[in-house]
Amino acid sequence: MTLHQLSASEVVNLVKEKKVSVSEIIQDLYDRIAKVDPLVKAFLILNQEEALKQAKEIDTKVKKEEELPPLAGLAIAVKDIIATKGIETTCGSRMLKGFYPPYNATVIDKLKEAGAIIIGKTNLDEFAMGSSTENSAFGPTYNPWDLERVPGGSSGGSAAAVAADEAFIALGTDTGGSIRQPASFCGVVGLKPTYGRVSRYGLIAYASSLDQIGPITKNVSDSALLMRIISGPDNRDSTSVDLPVPDYLKSCQEEIKNIKIGVPREYFVEGMNFEVKDVVYQALKLLEELGAKIEEVSLPHTEYSLPTFYLIATAEASSNLARYDGIQYGYRTENYKDLSSMYQRTRSEGFGPEVKRRIMLGTYALSSGYYDAYYLKAQKVRTLIKEDFTRVFSKYDILVTPTSPTPAFKLKEKMADPLTMYLSDIYTIPVNLAGLPALSLNCGYSKGGLPIGLQLIGKPFEEETILRVAFNYEQNNKVEKRKPLQNLSPQKMVG
Amino acid sequence: MKEEVVIGLEVHIQFMTKAKIFCQCSTDYLGKGPNTNVCPICLGLPGSLPVLNKKVLEYALRTALALNCEINQVSRFHRKNYFYPDLPKAYQISQYDWPLGFRGHLEISIPPSGVRRRIGITRVHIEEDAGKLIHEGDIASSTYSLVDYNRSGIPLAEIVTEPELRSPEEARIFLMQLRSIVQHLEVCDGNMEEGSLRCDANISIRDSQTGVLGTKTEIKNMNSFRAVKKALEFEVERQKKLLAKGIKIVQETRHWDESKNITVSMRGKEEAQDYRYFPEPDLLPLKISPEMIEKIRRTLPELPESRKERFIKVYNLPEDDAEVLISNKALGDYFEKASAFYADKKILINWVRGELLYNLKEKKIEVEQSPISPEKLVGLLKLIDEGVISGKIAKTVFEKMFESGKEAREIVQEDKITQITDQNELIKIVDRVIEENPQSVEDFNQGKEKALHYLVGQVMRYTQGRAKPDFVSQAIKERIKN
Ligand SMILES: [Zn+2]
Repeated sequence: MTLHQLSASEVVNLVKEKKVSVSEIIQDLYDRIAKVDPLVKAFLILNQEEALKQAKEIDTKVKKEEELPPLAGLAIAVKDIIATKGIETTCGSRMLKGFYPPYNATVIDKLKEAGAIIIGKTNLDEFAMGSSTENSAFGPTYNPWDLERVPGGSSGGSAAAVAADEAFIALGTDTGGSIRQPASFCGVVGLKPTYGRVSRYGLIAYASSLDQIGPITKNVSDSALLMRIISGPDNRDSTSVDLPVPDYLKSCQEEIKNIKIGVPREYFVEGMNFEVKDVVYQALKLLEELGAKIEEVSLPHTEYSLPTFYLIATAEASSNLARYDGIQYGYRTENYKDLSSMYQRTRSEGFGPEVKRRIMLGTYALSSGYYDAYYLKAQKVRTLIKEDFTRVFSKYDILVTPTSPTPAFKLKEKMADPLTMYLSDIYTIPVNLAGLPALSLNCGYSKGGLPIGLQLIGKPFEEETILRVAFNYEQNNKVEKRKPLQNLSPQKMVG
Repeated sequence: MKEEVVIGLEVHIQFMTKAKIFCQCSTDYLGKGPNTNVCPICLGLPGSLPVLNKKVLEYALRTALALNCEINQVSRFHRKNYFYPDLPKAYQISQYDWPLGFRGHLEISIPPSGVRRRIGITRVHIEEDAGKLIHEGDIASSTYSLVDYNRSGIPLAEIVTEPELRSPEEARIFLMQLRSIVQHLEVCDGNMEEGSLRCDANISIRDSQTGVLGTKTEIKNMNSFRAVKKALEFEVERQKKLLAKGIKIVQETRHWDESKNITVSMRGKEEAQDYRYFPEPDLLPLKISPEMIEKIRRTLPELPESRKERFIKVYNLPEDDAEVLISNKALGDYFEKASAFYADKKILINWVRGELLYNLKEKKIEVEQSPISPEKLVGLLKLIDEGVISGKIAKTVFEKMFESGKEAREIVQEDKITQITDQNELIKIVDRVIEENPQSVEDFNQGKEKALHYLVGQVMRYTQGRAKPDFVSQAIKERIKN
C-alpha cells in the first residue's frame, strides 16, 4: 500500500512510530494530486509550499523527540467555504475570488493546534448551494468512481478528494445534506454533527440556522478521531453548545446489541431506486444480525421538509449573502455610474445563477406581506418536523435511511431542472431542519459500480451512538472494499 | 381649526461600554485613524459571528428600568436588511418584535412653572451602530465616498417615545432630562455634538376639535438640543402654513439644515423601505430572569429627580439651583465634590453657576474636562475667606487658573497678588493718596461719603487691588482725622 492510500489513524500512528517522515507523506500526497486531480478536479487551491514547510517542522520535532500533538502530520483538505488565514477562500464564487481572510475559522485553529496540515481548499457548489458541485464558478468536480458523474454536493471536492486518496481526511459543511450526499456518492464516510456541536465561526454562512462543519473520511474511526478535535463550545459562536466532548473512538469499540433502530416509512417510497433499496435492506439485515432491534417508524411531516427547507435556507441566505456588495472586498464591477448600479452590476456579475435564484426566493419569502405565509409558516412546519423526530427518538436510539434516493448521477443531468436536483437531498434535509447529527457511510454498490450510502440519524449530541453503530457495521460488512482510480494508465492521466 | 402639535422622538444613545456590542474592539473610536478600530466581526467579514457583550445588556436594562419600562423576559434580535456602504453586513442587528423594554414612561418637569408631564416610552431596544461615510466637500458634490468602520458595532439603545410631546420646547426639555438620566445611569455621556446621543423626531399637527391627526414628517440631523427645538419650530410653522393653504403634507423624511435654519426633503422619490426583518439566527434569544431584573433595579444609581430633592434638602439649595446642577450629571458631581471641602453652599453655587459654567460654555469645554477641578475651586474660595485675595481679584485668578490649570495659591504667589497685610506699607500708600487728592479730602470732611470711595479706589489702584478694602477705608478715615 502506498502512503496516500492510508487512513488518517494509520498516518498519525506511522508518524508517531517514526516509521515515515511527514515530509514524505505530504510529498506523496501532492504527487498523487498531480496525477489524479487533473481528472477529478477536487481542489481549487493547493497549499503546497506552506504544507511542506509545516511537514519539515513536525519532522524536526519528531527527531528531537518532542511531544507530538494528536494529529501531527495529518494532511487535511478543507472545503473552500471555511476561512483559512492567508489562504484564498472563494466559496466557489467569482464574488470572492482573491479573498484572503485575515483570520482562521475556529475548526482550523483547532486542527492546526492538533498538528494537522492543510494541503488545499476543495471545490464546492457556489456558497454551498447545490447538490452536484456543478454550481462552482471554477468548473465542476468529477466523481472518482465514474468521471462522467457528479461527486454530489455541495462538499463534492472534499468527498472526491478523500475517495481518490488525494487527502486522508477532509472538512465539509452540511446545510441540507452537503456532507452526507457527496460522501454517499463517493463511497466515503461523512458526518454532519448536531447543530451547535462544532463552532461555525469562520464557516462562511449559507443558512446560519442549518449550517454545520463536519468530517469526510475514509472510515468511521477517522470520523471519530476528527470529531474529537473539532467539537466543543466556542466563545466566538453563540450557537455552539457547552457540552463535554466524548471520546468518540472509545465509544466505537462498544457493541450494538439491543440497540433500537427505527426505519422511517416515509423514506422508502413507491418507485424509489431499487438498487438503493436493496443495498439499504441488506445493511439493515446486517445490523439486525449484530443484535440491533429494527422497527418501522413514521415521520409524518417528512413530505413538507423540502419546501420548508427551501424557504428557511434561502431566507437566511438572502441576508447572509447581502454583504457581497463590492464595497469592502471581493468582486466589484468595472462599469457603474452610481451606488445602486454598482450594487446591481457587482451582484449580477459576481454571483452564479443558482445563488441568484436562491437569493431571490429568500428575499421574496421575507418580504412584507409574504413573511407570514412563507417564512413564518416554514418555521412552524420546522417545529413539527422536529417534533416528529423527538417523538420517534423517545423510543428508538437511531434512525436508518438511505442517504440519497439514487447513486451519483451524470453531469448536466439535473442542471436544467432545479427541482429534480433539490430532490436528491430529500433524505438529508429533515435532519438539518431538526438540528440532528447524521452520518453517511458506504453500504454497497450499484450494478454499475457506483457507491451507495447509508444514513444513520442520531439524537441531539449523541454522535457517539451513530459512530458506534457505523463502526460496528463497517467492521462486520463483508462486502469487498473497493477504491476508485487505482490503476491509471499514462494516457488517461493527460487531463 | 384649533391646532395641536404632536411630536414623538426616536432617541439613540451610544453605550459607554469598554468593548463594542458584538466583538472585543474598543468603543473609544473618536479621533482614531480611519478603520483602525476594527476586527473581522465589526467589519462583517464572511464567516465572522456576533457574540453579545453582556455589559451592553446590563446597560440597556438599567436604561429601560430607569425609564419605568416593563422588561421582556425573553427578547430577541432581528436582522434589519438594507444596503448601504456604511453597513458592512448589509443588515443591522437590532430588535424588532420582542424589544428589551416596553411600555415605560418618563415624567418631565417644565420650567419655570415646574408643571409635570408624563411622556410614554413605547420601547427601549438594543442595536449596533453603523460605520460612517466620509466625503470630500459634501455628499452631493463629492465624486467618491470613503468609509470608516471604526463606529461600526458601537452599542446603541433606541428609545422611542409615544407621540405625546406637545411643543418643540417640550421635546427639548424631554431630551435634556433623558440625557441627564442616562448620564446619571453612567451608560452614556449624552454628547449630542459628538453623536453619542442622537435624536430623530416625528411631527404632525392634530385638529384638536375633531382629533384628526395630520400626516407626519420625520426630522433628522438635529445635532444639538437647540437644533431640536429650532428644527421642530420650523417644521410646525411649515406644516401649519401648508394646512392653512389647504396643501396636503407629504409623509417624508426631512433633514434639518443648520446653516439655513430650514428642514429640507431628504429623498426625491420616497420609496417605502422593506427591511425584511427576521430573527437573527446567529444569536440566541435573550433570557432575562426576574432575579437579574431585580438585581439591576436594586443597584440603579440615584436618578436626577431624587438627586434634586436631596440637593434641596441636604444643601439647602433653591430649587432653581438644584435644577441646574442635576441637568448635567457631571455638574452635579462637581458640586458635590466641592461641597465636601467647602461649607458655604451659597457661595459655592454662585461660583459654579457663574464663573465656572460661563467659562466652560465660552470655551466649549465639558464639565468633566474642566481645567479647574472642584478641589482647585475650593482652594480659590479659601483664599478669599482667609483674606489673602479679594473677591474681585479672585475672578481674575479664576480666569488664570482656567487657562493654566494651576492652583489658585500658585498663581497668587507667582503674580504677587497677595493682599498687602503689612500695615506700615499700606499706611504709606494711604498717606500718599491723601496728599495727592486734597480736594477729595476736603469733600470727605464736608460729609461727602462718595469722596471716601474715590480715595479707597485710588489706594486700590496703587496696590493693584491687593489691599483689603475695609482696612483701607478705615485707615483713610483715621489718617484724615489726625
Ligand atoms: Zn470589532
